[in-house]
Amino acid sequence: MDADRLIYMANQIARNFEVRGKQGAIAATADHIDKFWDPRMKAAAYAALEQGHAGLSTIAQGALEMLRRGHTPAPQSLATTFNAVDEAGHSDAG
Amino acid sequence: MTYERQTDFGTPEALSDTFVTLTIDGREVTVPAGTSVMRAAAECGGAIPKLCATDNVKAFGSCRLCLVEIEGRKGTPASCTTPAEQGMEVSTQTPRLEKLRRGVMELYISDHPLDCLTCSANNDCELQDQAAAVGLRDVRYGYEGADHLGTQTDTSNPYFDFDPSKCIVCSRCVRACDEVQGTLALTIDGRGFASMVSAGQQGDDFLSSECVSCGACVQACPTATLQEKSVKAIGKPERAVVTTCAYCGVGCTFRAEMRGEQLVRMVPWKDGKANRGHSCVKGRFAWGYANHRDRITKPMIRDKIDEPWREVSWDEALTFTASRLNAIKTQYGARALGGITSSRCTNEETFLVQKLVRAGFGSNNVDTCARVCHSPTGYGLKTTFGTSAGTQDFDSVMQADVILVIGANPTDAHPVFASRMKRRLRQGAKLIVIDPRRIDLVRSPHIEAAHHLALQPGTNVAVLTAMAHVIVTEGLADEVFVRERCDWQEFEEWARFVAEERHSPEVLEAVTRVPAGEMRAAARLYATGGNGAIYYGLGVTEHSQGSSTVMAIANLAMATGNVGRRGVGVNPLRGQNNVQGACDMGSSPHELSGYRHISDGDTRALFEADWGVTLDEEPGLRIPNMLDAALDGSFRALYVQGEDILQSDPNTHHVAAGLAAMECVIVHDLFLNETANYAHVFLPGSTFLEKDGTFTNAERRIQLVRKVMEPANGMGDWEVTQALANAMGLQWHYTHPAQIMDEIARLTPSFAGVSFERLEAEGSLQWPVNAQFPDGAPVMHVDGFASGKGKFVVTDYVPTDEKTGPRYPLLLTTGRILSQYNVGAQTRRTENVVWHEEDVLEIHPSDAENRGLKSGDWVRLASRTGETTLRADVTDRVAPGVVYTTFHHPATQANVVTTEYSDWATNCPEYKVTAVQVMASNGPSEWQESYASWSEKSRRIVPAEPAE
Repeated sequence: MDADRLIYMANQIARNFEVRGKQGAIAATADHIDKFWDPRMKAAAYAALEQGHAGLSTIAQGALEMLRRGHTPAPQSLATTFNAVDEAGHSDAG
Repeated sequence: MTYERQTDFGTPEALSDTFVTLTIDGREVTVPAGTSVMRAAAECGGAIPKLCATDNVKAFGSCRLCLVEIEGRKGTPASCTTPAEQGMEVSTQTPRLEKLRRGVMELYISDHPLDCLTCSANNDCELQDQAAAVGLRDVRYGYEGADHLGTQTDTSNPYFDFDPSKCIVCSRCVRACDEVQGTLALTIDGRGFASMVSAGQQGDDFLSSECVSCGACVQACPTATLQEKSVKAIGKPERAVVTTCAYCGVGCTFRAEMRGEQLVRMVPWKDGKANRGHSCVKGRFAWGYANHRDRITKPMIRDKIDEPWREVSWDEALTFTASRLNAIKTQYGARALGGITSSRCTNEETFLVQKLVRAGFGSNNVDTCARVCHSPTGYGLKTTFGTSAGTQDFDSVMQADVILVIGANPTDAHPVFASRMKRRLRQGAKLIVIDPRRIDLVRSPHIEAAHHLALQPGTNVAVLTAMAHVIVTEGLADEVFVRERCDWQEFEEWARFVAEERHSPEVLEAVTRVPAGEMRAAARLYATGGNGAIYYGLGVTEHSQGSSTVMAIANLAMATGNVGRRGVGVNPLRGQNNVQGACDMGSSPHELSGYRHISDGDTRALFEADWGVTLDEEPGLRIPNMLDAALDGSFRALYVQGEDILQSDPNTHHVAAGLAAMECVIVHDLFLNETANYAHVFLPGSTFLEKDGTFTNAERRIQLVRKVMEPANGMGDWEVTQALANAMGLQWHYTHPAQIMDEIARLTPSFAGVSFERLEAEGSLQWPVNAQFPDGAPVMHVDGFASGKGKFVVTDYVPTDEKTGPRYPLLLTTGRILSQYNVGAQTRRTENVVWHEEDVLEIHPSDAENRGLKSGDWVRLASRTGETTLRADVTDRVAPGVVYTTFHHPATQANVVTTEYSDWATNCPEYKVTAVQVMASNGPSEWQESYASWSEKSRRIVPAEPAE
């Protein structure tokens, strides 16, 4: 996967969570990536992190480091709160 | 069902809680107050003769055929205009009435051609029926003298003719155009004997007039004056099947009126709850693609994409495909395979495609066209409301007082709903339009927007934040609602944010280009004008901040208390007919049907037990990620059902490169679309007329699609997917889509109470249909939000990275037009091309003058990703600095110009903002010529050898 593209995406997510403050934004960005990114995208982003990709924002970097350490935050918003097996309340129809 | 005309009660239904009881011809009948005597008679089985009355327009009282006598009253009032009253005693058949009616009918028939046997409406004509009903046996006036029999027929419209010689000037067509469609294209020209239905100005015919070919006039006509050409060509239908339209997200229901296996016409079904008996030019008339010569009905394969296609048997095609897929899976792993479900296919077909990807391919790489349209709706409304489906049914708009339309063009993209909205606006509701273009709604007959905020493309969040600033700082928020229904602390945080001076309309005017005064006035109107309803479309979602804009909209609705009752709400207008259903069915790579995340072990266990497989616990790739992964070699095979990503998705060069890098691309479609140019397998698809199933519209309304003819390719799409699954070694044994729905209901809590049997009995159901809502839920969030409390989300305006500059000084935004649908695969293969045979570029006069351009000139449209050429349309509908085009024609391929930028949360492409340059050109670009040549080469077909 194109590392530059993934880093751009991670930064874009991070920028939109910036209003939550640094720690909140890191957790929300990590939560988002964890719930919506395919494993190869995550792996390529971690690889870029390890190689010290210059384009990573502080928040995106914090989020990727959190995930790479194996720490997946609890849902940070209703966007990442999904129905349990027998629930019908939430939907996210596009 | 056998062919019968739809019941016509003569006048519209009256809605009242008060009832009156009257006697009609000795029979007692109780009806809501306000019901006409005519309708009351019809409801108790009587049929008062009538000609100018029909129940989808207001009573007119012109034909004088529906006269009745009422005990204690003088004269013979028209039953259509006389309201039923308590204790009224009505006689509909007396010697006096018989004589009067016969006299009226004599006058009509004295100026009407007596060619019933050769007339296209023979035996399906109300005039003929009424002549029989009144016992007409003679016309005392004879047939000499002046008449209209020699008038010319207007055949200009591709779908219907207008023959004035058969017109009885009942005005039903004019009233249908006014009241039902709201276009007001027709009028009665002249007076007395010279009275004649006229389309547009003198010299206009139907085609050149303002007529939008919705068909309402044709449906209303009681004679053969306005008649479908297809009826003239084929004859009267002999049976009718109620089914659901396969175009936009309104989900109109139609009667497919058939003669044998031949479709004669599609007529809107009056009992349809989404369309209430109305239609648009696409659903009503543009179905000819089903039998178009381009339709492919035999499977085809090829080893490489530069080879010609080989027609083969289904067995050979499926074996070839399964073997390639299995080989790729073995060599590269399950995550190298994926699929795209279709929002033009049924829920059952979509469910099977995602099941094939998950249970057969073994990955979660499944996505759907919502990725490129309303995925930000999913994210945004879920974040704020807890659930993201549209909050209202379509009927709700009739109780709105202020309608805010942002980033949507309903008269073009959702025309049947737009007609309902226009009806409400004509009744006096106020309109706010937020759109860079002056869409038709801004000013049309009897409608004028109170405010049109013609914002700079890409500044939706800034505009909505400025409106929120006004609402908060001027004390217009509904504090009672917010305290009761929302998280108060989050509201306070949001209110502090939007109240900052940097978010005032005056400061943001520099960014949005919307005059601060207009912005303030619009905000005040929305907050204080009564029931405020927001309708939005892809002009909201297809931005780098699409999800943020949706959240900003939800914030506004919650802050003003405009959620949870009729007449208000937040309403995404879905693009394709089953985009809601495709999402419900688990078409997203991170979740199974019913919006349960793939990482949830209990949910996986439910499906694993039912399907007998182990599911991948990690999210899969979205469509743009699939194309990226193809270029690095980790994604090798794609099954695409009913989508054309090469034409519809952004940055065509990138899409083409991704497809070309794959080893096995399977296109399952009606036609060799643009994506098929890069495919190795073509599996012929079936139209919505050829299969059973269900669609779910933008109101979450699940409706049946019924097979009206046998599939031309021999199989419904669900059968093709099943055959492919079985070729890969799965053991699927569905014999009817109803069984697939049973499986969906078994595995999906929001569909727990849905079955074909119930849909057959009840017509439609709006999910959730479960123990809590056994009959479905028309309006959401009535007693509270799905999540408990509504969540205010701070949405910080982040400008797009797509910037204009010296090389690309203009902003391109793209959209749709009434007569065409999506990539045009269906509508381009109908007579609709009369209205739109090519994509054109709208450009403001000042920008055109600076470039020496005039309407009709060829222009080169270039961005950093690519360029194309098309003709210019110089118009002030767009603002200076903004250009606009559609993406319906592959010869233009507007998406060769759009970029890879996308919504931060969902990767929905930023179609609405591309920095471009426009300059004079003398013809197609080099790319267009080379693509046309490639496309022609790629579509060569070697026919199958005949069997010995």
